Amino acid sequence: MAASDRLGPRALEAQAVLGQVENRPGVPKPDPILVADDVVRRFGGLAAVDVEHVEVQRGSITALIGPNGAGKTTVFNLLTGFDTPDSGDWTFNGRKLAGVAPYKVARLGMVRTFQLTKALSRLTVLDNMRLGATSQRGEKIWASWLPFLWRSQEEEITTRARGLLDRFSMLPKEADFAGSLSGGQRKLLEMARALMVGPELIMLDEPMAGVNPALTQSLLQHIKGIREEGATVLFVEHDMDMVHDISDWVIVMAQGRIIAEGPPGVVMKDPSVIDAYLGAHHTKALTDSGESLTTSPGGEQ
Amino acid sequence: MDLGFVFGQSITQAIGVTAIIYCLAAMGVNMQFGYTGLLNFGQVAFVAVGAYSVGVIVVTLGLTLWLAIPISIFASVVLALVLGIPTLRLRADYLAIVTIAASEIVRQLVRSIALRDVLGGANGINGKMGQEFHDLNPFPADFELPFLTYTRQDLWVVIVGWALIAVLTLLIWLLVRSPWGRVIKGIREDENAVVSLGKNTYVYKMQALILGGLLGTLGGVIWAVAKQSVQPDNFVPDVTFFAYTIVLLGGAARVFGPIIGAIIFWFLLVFVGEFLNQAIQAGWLDFLEPTDIGPIRFILVGIGLMSLMIFRPQGIFGDKKELALDGR
Ligand SMILES: Nc1ncnc2c1ncn2[C@@H]1O[C@H](COP(=O)(O)OP(=O)(O)OP(=O)(O)O)[C@@H](O)[C@H]1O
Ligand SMILES: [Mg+2]
Repeated sequence: MAASDRLGPRALEAQAVLGQVENRPGVPKPDPILVADDVVRRFGGLAAVDVEHVEVQRGSITALIGPNGAGKTTVFNLLTGFDTPDSGDWTFNGRKLAGVAPYKVARLGMVRTFQLTKALSRLTVLDNMRLGATSQRGEKIWASWLPFLWRSQEEEITTRARGLLDRFSMLPKEADFAGSLSGGQRKLLEMARALMVGPELIMLDEPMAGVNPALTQSLLQHIKGIREEGATVLFVEHDMDMVHDISDWVIVMAQGRIIAEGPPGVVMKDPSVIDAYLGAHHTKALTDSGESLTTSPGGEQ
Repeated sequence: MDLGFVFGQSITQAIGVTAIIYCLAAMGVNMQFGYTGLLNFGQVAFVAVGAYSVGVIVVTLGLTLWLAIPISIFASVVLALVLGIPTLRLRADYLAIVTIAASEIVRQLVRSIALRDVLGGANGINGKMGQEFHDLNPFPADFELPFLTYTRQDLWVVIVGWALIAVLTLLIWLLVRSPWGRVIKGIREDENAVVSLGKNTYVYKMQALILGGLLGTLGGVIWAVAKQSVQPDNFVPDVTFFAYTIVLLGGAARVFGPIIGAIIFWFLLVFVGEFLNQAIQAGWLDFLEPTDIGPIRFILVGIGLMSLMIFRPQGIFGDKKELALDGR
């Protein structure tokens, strides 16, 4: 694996633990941070999500992949309380989350980003970041008239925000309106802003979409860094090289169901996964490098 | 044609009692719409609550103004809760629909025959309101400068009114630049993003709705105290739309926007009206009757405002760069 030369201690630990886990859909994990059971969401007749059982291992980087319309974003919406399932139960850190308001889910430490980026356009980049900090004394309406109550906290928050912006190469943009950023920069801002909340589990919906390849590498390092700092990462991504590169575990969805689970190398060789992605007559590999994944001759890329 | 008189009238009114009332209503709209993105199309109902609280407590019940003011605040908060609780969890447009309907319900209610004994029906409530306030008037006589003339009573209202606006503007300025202000501006931009960061946006929206409504209610209290008369048909939806016009004129989400907006709006309205009046009297516009002035001045002011929105869409204080971020 390309990135294995730079694996940190938590990465090694996660991969060692997950190495012991069976490769099948819905398999239990030794130390799950997130567990979902029988989560069903229908839109009209279509069951957009129908997940019998799924667990996310604490301290891992888990990828959620699947073709367009597989139900990945809907899973994110359901688990974070932004959408309500027709049925189902799920727990985060052992706490039942069904029916919990989405802002409370975030406060509990489960923070998500959006596939369609939500930069707060007419706020500066720095204000976008500051907004992410929780338990701000100055966010009480009466406290705004007593600035001495929150000045010092505001300074701490600003320092932390600048630190994160620097990590994402966004510091020169701090005074700009977020609405003036490019699509890729918005993705970066949204990810950095989610980190301001201090999440235990961060759920990234296509964090790399639209980010230039040069930056992708450093972003991958950031995501690994998040994990080394003790957080768990669950992300949706279409770029198989990236999935291959950073994830310890891959969950594959198709038509609302989980059809495969396992380490990236194993999952991408799974015929049912390749079928789901490419249909019956697959001539292409799922990754550019391709070696292990070409399922029929002629896959050149 | 007495241009001096036209100017004098315009200036007097531009910083007069009515401008103060509309400025307060617009400050409320600015808090709700400008900063938080809430479409309250029933601001006039909050103004009516202020005016009628004074009317009922002081004239109908014969109690003191100092009791009427806290009661008007209480009633205003209740109205905001009634409007906000069912709608603020829903999509933004529901608030707009409910508030505009509610403001008409309030108007029909206060003019209803069933409640005539208390609320005065179609004639409204007329009589001495706020004597306690006028008793404090330190000015000995009417005020007359070449361009500025007020009765002794209006002068006192105008001074206290602008002083109140100054204090409230300072408080609002502190609010919107605090972390609380950051949250409501975030809600205006994208509520779900703010929710995803762990903020209970419902509470913030409710606070902004209540606060904006209270500003309108204060305008209503001043209305009653200054004009000594409250009538149901003062409180038509036009008042709300004038308040929005004022906000956009001054520049949405600018603390001084409503002040400058209200002054310019009333200056234009009175100037056009008085100018037409004088022109008709001077025989320049034979095809017009004095009764045409009302509609025509609104047409002309409307054209003026449209040109402003075309050539300076961000309002007087707005930032064009910032506005452009919207249109994507
Ligand atoms: N609000 C909605 N109303 C109706 N159908 C919906 C809604 N949201 C999602 N769907 C349907 O649910 C299915 C899953 O959608 P979802 O957005 O979760 O897919 P996804 O896996 O995130 O796809 P992509 O990779 O393209 O982002 C799709 O068939 C979609 O049409
Ligand atoms: Mg999606």
